[in-house]
Amino acid sequence: MTPFTTLTAIAAPLIRDNIDTDAIIPSREMKSVGKTGLADGLFAGWRYTAMGSRDPDPGFVLNDPHYAKARILLAGANVGCGSSREHAAWALAEYGFRAIVAVSFNPIFRGNCVRNGIVPVEIDANGIEADGPITIDLPRQILTTTSGREMPFAIDAEAKAMLIGGLDAIDLTLTRADEIARFREQDRARRPWVYF
Amino acid sequence: MTPRTAFEKIWSDHLVADLGDGTGLLLVDRVLLHERTGGVALNSLAEAGRKVVAPAQVFATMDHVVDTRPGRTDATLMPTGTQFIAATRAAARAAGLTLFDLGDPRQGIVHVISPELAIVLPGLTLVCPDSHTCSQGALGALAWGIGSSEAEHALATNTIRVRKPKTMRITVNGRLGLGVTAKDLALHLLERFGSVGAKGHVVEYAGEAVRALDVEARLTLCNMATEFSAFSAFIAADQIVFDYLQGRTYAPAGVEWDRAVADWRGLTTDEGAVFDAELAIHAADVAPMVSWGTSPQQAVPLGRPVPDHAAVAARDAREAYDRALGYMGLTPGQAIEGLAIDAAFIGSCTNSRLSDLRRAAAILQGQRVADGVRAICVPGSTAVKAAAEAEGLDRVFRDAGFEWRESGCSMCFFAGGESFGPQERVISSTNRNFESRQGPGTRTHLASPETVAASAIAGHIADPRGMAGA
Repeated sequence: MTPFTTLTAIAAPLIRDNIDTDAIIPSREMKSVGKTGLADGLFAGWRYTAMGSRDPDPGFVLNDPHYAKARILLAGANVGCGSSREHAAWALAEYGFRAIVAVSFNPIFRGNCVRNGIVPVEIDANGIEADGPITIDLPRQILTTTSGREMPFAIDAEAKAMLIGGLDAIDLTLTRADEIARFREQDRARRPWVYF
Repeated sequence: MTPRTAFEKIWSDHLVADLGDGTGLLLVDRVLLHERTGGVALNSLAEAGRKVVAPAQVFATMDHVVDTRPGRTDATLMPTGTQFIAATRAAARAAGLTLFDLGDPRQGIVHVISPELAIVLPGLTLVCPDSHTCSQGALGALAWGIGSSEAEHALATNTIRVRKPKTMRITVNGRLGLGVTAKDLALHLLERFGSVGAKGHVVEYAGEAVRALDVEARLTLCNMATEFSAFSAFIAADQIVFDYLQGRTYAPAGVEWDRAVADWRGLTTDEGAVFDAELAIHAADVAPMVSWGTSPQQAVPLGRPVPDHAAVAARDAREAYDRALGYMGLTPGQAIEGLAIDAAFIGSCTNSRLSDLRRAAAILQGQRVADGVRAICVPGSTAVKAAAEAEGLDRVFRDAGFEWRESGCSMCFFAGGESFGPQERVISSTNRNFESRQGPGTRTHLASPETVAASAIAGHIADPRGMAGA
């Protein structure tokens, strides 16, 4: 996972509520048993003119040349609701998004973002001008708009540490393997019916 | 001792380490996988040179992309679907997991078979890379949906790193009316409190109406907590749950059963325990519901028209409201009941269990699906299908003009490659009415199985109350 500290980039406004993971990566675009090859299918139902087509719909924000280099996505409430498919985060990351600014995040999607180096910034994206670059400073937890307005945001310490360090959570947890094994043995004595 | 919620008891029983800032390292008792997201997790784990640390606690099934038409093989209508099936099968075997493959009598939708086989038990932590894992909280377990990376973590470490959710109790006082089901209750709560109504919380459903639900209805109620943005949902296990589980395949037996039940009886919320949030409703206020829009919160009682924006402005921004109406081809004030339908679908992890099929069949008995309506029933598991056939329900569905399928997620979404058509209006017992969920441009109306059955007969969205058998 690529570490994240600060990023200054164009932000693409897709300020809708309840953008679901089927919309982010439609089921038919999840073509192989892997985490790659998904960027082309990102928002396929909205981005292209017809099902299965690859003709860009000029009305969709990502097809606007102004947002060609967008690395930040602005969204409304409850972004990433629906299916738990991590393909949504993989597709966004592969396309190049490193942060999503939204009113609120679906919990599973939020976790998937963090595990793939995408910073979930929970503030109202409506107040952000999308014509120039904005800056996300993760260590300071501040978003700075094009006009220089500073907007603080909250993020839990675990997510922040993982994003800044580019940490693999499995490696981190495996440093406690002995502790886990001891806990499990005690638990097995207490709840033998749980174990096969 | 300070009174505790049932959730807090399960949390502390599984807390291997406090990682600080509200994050815990929790022991995971069960990992469930399916071929849509499980194969990639297993492959990625193997590629990283990591092992599944407790394979006996891991179960995999084939449900998402499998074909559900009779006589199925590994082939699916989804162009690359077979690869998902083959890869998951190979990876599950290599890792030594229990796999419920195509053709296995234990196969089915993950959240249908897990209770059926007693893989889920009260007090367990259970995770699955599938958002509807919260269904299984109905058995008194802490069960929640995760991503593929988190599934890899659970497989490799036997634990999960998780931020402790806040607690919310939703008390449903009184009893649900005749013909009002757990599905209607779930849609009522979504309509009332919105799609982010439980954000950041684990919801405990309580109250007389909830206690009165059987296990299958509880599964339906908890199923839709993910549409509510909940971390998960939970109903404290009681005698109804114990009676349901006893004797099932993976349930403890003998002395171990007695020990387990004694433990489970303690996993209830103590008198005086404090929740971070409390909501209460009267069951008598719940009516059969149907969704009109493209979010499950966009629902109304049958008989009510599409609401004006003013009535839903607290939840739906003008743009979201207009967009939903445009997509669904509706106008404010238009009647929902009576809307002509093109198709009717009974299936999915929400409403495809034996009791769901029985209630729908009671309405379909001796009736015919209206001309021009395509009607499909997909049992939630191979066992549900077999049980339904043993009591002749398949005959009722077929005689009424329904297609009778093999078990799987099927057209709840179109991962199997099959879909309804653009602008087709579908009444569906599933959980999501998102844009293009059941097919590109397809218009989905969520409802209970009985409302789906009644509508299929009428050829338009219809109230099941008062119909024969309802």
